[in-house]
Amino acid sequence: MKMIEINNLKKSFGKLEVLKDINIDVHSQEVVCVIGPSGSGKSTLLRCMNLLEEPTAGDIYIEEDHLTAPKTNINELRQRMGMVFQQFNLFPHMTVLENITLGPKRLKGKSTSEANQLGTQLLDKVGLADKADVYPDNLSGGQKQRVAMARALAMEPRIMLFDEPTSALDPEMVGEVLQVMKDLAEEGMTMAIVTHEMGFAKEVADRVIFMDEGYIVEEGTPDELFENPQNERTKSFLSKVL
Amino acid sequence: MIDTMNIIIEGLPTLLKGMGMTLEITVISLVLAMFIGLILGVFSITKSKILRGISTAFVDIIRGTPLLVQILFIYFGLPSVIDINLTAFSAGVIAITVNAAAYLVEIFRAGINSIDKGQMEAGRTIGFSYSQTMRLIILPQAIRRMIPAFVNQFIVSIKDTSLLSAIGVAELTLSGQSIYAANFRAFEILFAVGALYFIIIYSLSLFSRWLERRLDVA
Ligand SMILES: Nc1ncnc2c1ncn2[C@@H]1O[C@H](COP(=O)(O)OP(=O)(O)O)[C@@H](O)[C@H]1O
Ligand SMILES: [Mg+2]
Repeated sequence: MKMIEINNLKKSFGKLEVLKDINIDVHSQEVVCVIGPSGSGKSTLLRCMNLLEEPTAGDIYIEEDHLTAPKTNINELRQRMGMVFQQFNLFPHMTVLENITLGPKRLKGKSTSEANQLGTQLLDKVGLADKADVYPDNLSGGQKQRVAMARALAMEPRIMLFDEPTSALDPEMVGEVLQVMKDLAEEGMTMAIVTHEMGFAKEVADRVIFMDEGYIVEEGTPDELFENPQNERTKSFLSKVL
Repeated sequence: MIDTMNIIIEGLPTLLKGMGMTLEITVISLVLAMFIGLILGVFSITKSKILRGISTAFVDIIRGTPLLVQILFIYFGLPSVIDINLTAFSAGVIAITVNAAAYLVEIFRAGINSIDKGQMEAGRTIGFSYSQTMRLIILPQAIRRMIPAFVNQFIVSIKDTSLLSAIGVAELTLSGQSIYAANFRAFEILFAVGALYFIIIYSLSLFSRWLERRLDVA
């Protein structure tokens, strides 16, 4: 099944056209990594997938539901997609456990004890079982990002979106975050990941998409894209980052 | 000296009653203004031009006219064209309320805007509606930051209530006037009136400074 289908997507900010006719299908359990230079529209593309940005034209389907149709219940659709941000965006006025259980309690009707149980399980999964009652300000960047993943997973999403989840981290914390993402991929989560971690993309992605100036320039398996890029722009980008 | 003390002590029960009235009006008005300020503050940051227009118009009109004129307008002006009969107390509460609300709109707006926009995005991404995200995530953080500004507005409103003496509300200032109108000891009585205002306002501003320091640390 197609988990995400994007047809002829365009997005402009005022006169600046940031996405120019994007077409992507993401299938169930597929891990798609999006790479490309800064400003090429990667974040905007990802943010269109859950309507944090309103597309200027085109259609997006999430699990075959028409995301961009006017009468779509966007709040319900977003519950099926988790998103992890570069800047974590944890809720600073809540403990780690409260961050994670807020959604399940308020939106899924879970009781406090059910939600806490789920939250504790997820904290265990991301290796932070001992941090349940801590406030986000007292965590390292890597720990914050793992909490952010647990918070997203608490809604039991079928798709996870990641926007450069390791870019704001000190180098020694990148590994712990990527590890959680790898585990997720192995469990069969459908994932769309914007990343600068080429090693991670090579290892984990089923498909890599190279974007430049609002276009998808080239896409393929990691082997195809990294070992045998066809387009000059892909080659020049890869020679700079690899 | 003893004479002065006696004059003040004699007047004190009346003055304290007036001070009670001053505080009562201020508290009621601030609570009401909080609701109006919150609603119009949220209006002022929505995408809707109409809601933003309503908010801006309210703030501009209230801030662009003297409070005394507003008080007189509500108490004497309105009943002459529409069929309402306001007591001086109600008219006073309305005037202080709308005035405080106009300033609270700005306080709410600035407070909400001071919260990183990633917070709204994180809430919406989980699946919360705009208003749920406001209520559960944005406002609890914003209101914390606004507390010192609330206290300052409380101080301003306390001072504003003295103008209600013009329509005969027996708050602290008018209580003073009524005493010296009878005993002709304006100096002593007005000194006491000022001292009472000062005591409340100065304690509040100490409280506000303390809060500011405490909330910064947290
Ligand atoms: N909200 C916005 N308003 C105006 N321009 C924006 C906005 N968001 C992104 N842009 C512009 O769109 C382009 C693509 O941005 P982005 O999608 O963040 O690129 P990337 O994530 O690939 O670095 C950039 O030129 C950026 O300045
Ligand atoms: Mg980006």
